[in-house]
Amino acid sequence: MSTIPNFAPAAAEILLLALVSLVLVIDLYIDQARRALTYYLSQGTVLLTVLVLVNHVNTAPVFTFSNMFVDDTLGRVLKVLVLLTVSVVFAYGRQYAEERDMLKGEFFSLILFATLGMMVLISANHFLTLYLGLELLALAQYALVALQRDSARATEAAMKYFVLGALASGLLLYGMSMIYGGTGSLNLQEVAQGLASGRVDHVVASVGLVFIVAGLAFKLGVVPFHMWIPDVYEGAPTAVTLFIGSAPKIAGVAFFVRMLGEGLAPLAHDWQQMLVLLAVVSMALGNITAIAQTNLKRMLAYSTISHMGFVLLGILAATQQGYAAATFYISTYTLMALGAFGVMLLLSRAGFEAEQLNDYKGLNKRNPWFALIMLLVMISMAGIPPSVGFFAKLSVLRAALDAGYTWLVVVAVLLSLIGAFYYLRVIKLMYMDEPEDTSPIGGDLDVRVLLSVNGLAVLLFGILPQPLLSLFNHAVVQSLR
Amino acid sequence: MITLSHYLVLAALLFALAVVGVFLNRKNVIVLLMAVELMLLAVNLNFVAFSHYLHDTAGQIFVFFILTVAAAESAIGLAILVVLFRNLSTINVDDLNSLKD
Repeated sequence: MSTIPNFAPAAAEILLLALVSLVLVIDLYIDQARRALTYYLSQGTVLLTVLVLVNHVNTAPVFTFSNMFVDDTLGRVLKVLVLLTVSVVFAYGRQYAEERDMLKGEFFSLILFATLGMMVLISANHFLTLYLGLELLALAQYALVALQRDSARATEAAMKYFVLGALASGLLLYGMSMIYGGTGSLNLQEVAQGLASGRVDHVVASVGLVFIVAGLAFKLGVVPFHMWIPDVYEGAPTAVTLFIGSAPKIAGVAFFVRMLGEGLAPLAHDWQQMLVLLAVVSMALGNITAIAQTNLKRMLAYSTISHMGFVLLGILAATQQGYAAATFYISTYTLMALGAFGVMLLLSRAGFEAEQLNDYKGLNKRNPWFALIMLLVMISMAGIPPSVGFFAKLSVLRAALDAGYTWLVVVAVLLSLIGAFYYLRVIKLMYMDEPEDTSPIGGDLDVRVLLSVNGLAVLLFGILPQPLLSLFNHAVVQSLR
Repeated sequence: MITLSHYLVLAALLFALAVVGVFLNRKNVIVLLMAVELMLLAVNLNFVAFSHYLHDTAGQIFVFFILTVAAAESAIGLAILVVLFRNLSTINVDDLNSLKD
């Protein structure tokens, strides 16, 4: 019993933890004028962790820490995406944070600890590791939203996020306790075996399932558990919104795939029906409410809700094809969210938040290049070819169609047509209206280059989606049964 | 004789009370934080009851982790509450209404 566990599969997490702690301590001895050092150290931490992850990839899943932790291809791919996203978040958010006196060590260390939480969550193979990863992510996010301490909006958003997030954790834990009571295990594989054996009381399993799905839906922000999303997106400083709206979504989908696709796979017939309902109302409410918004951050919040509905289409297929489509969708969504919030951060300056739709009027006359980048991101979010958003939507719709949900696919296509309206409205404002604000657009060279690459990647992966698609197919086939 | 179902019913009642506390409370944010704590304690009761009934210690160990995380969670919750009070000079739930459509 007293054997030393195999630490190698968790090498990236251990390295990240050590380096974040180091950054936290070094930052204490740096004065505000040299805060850029913390930025470079944080970027180095992230990129070093990526190197460790891509250095060696196992073909078969490796379990460690009494089967609580799994290192598989899907986990590695998603972790690398999370880390790259975080690196981009640091780059885009740096100037914005500096102008608002937020560029403190906390900004970096909280995001890095949240990243560690996401990595643990992605690799979790046990209810305990799922819970701890989720809470490390969530607690860091609550604090990040409240980072601008003198802003009444930000603290109000943080309070709402905290209460609803804690409620979601409670629901999730209650569901986990029920499944534990039914199957006698907390390990995902053993839970799946227990449920498949048919010895578990159906009522206990169903109650547990309902609470777990509700908790998961809260975390991902799916209707009817979406109330926190618009408030947090609008209230939080944009650099934090950029983070909350990007990397944690990947972890959220990984959470769905681990929990429902592995642990509760024998109950697929039950949770598919729940997800169908959640997906339809998310796509409907998200797309229709977004039309009424005048604040771009709030509009993107409702757009997120509708995108999460599309992700659920992939998950509810409960096939390998579906999980691959869902992870592909969320990765491309993250790319688009980074682009949209990146342009927003680029247009913001000290004392001015470019968050109203009217702030984008005539962007083409002010800066044609970044208007084009925003155009690419918007058509991709709307799902218009040849952008990557089109292929993402196509792959989840195909997965749902193959699983026999023809009516659902028809509804989803109709709702995404409604959704196209508000994305095209942004394009209309940028290209057809006269600018109200003619101040020059700032941004350092590295941010401009990165944002250009980000926008062009949306187009590039749209023209050549196959490598990315087959990467996710390959990862899912190697990792999930 | 106290059976497993007694514990489960008690935990379910506490849990329901906590959820009602979160949604019906319109007065005080501190009461919200208390309701959240109560919810986690109801879950703990569930875990301990199942753990004893199944003769499996994993559930009780899970409870220790939940307690620890709950402590960290309330620390962050109270910290946000202090900042909120500094900015708004109120902790009335109804006054948290500057963000809406």
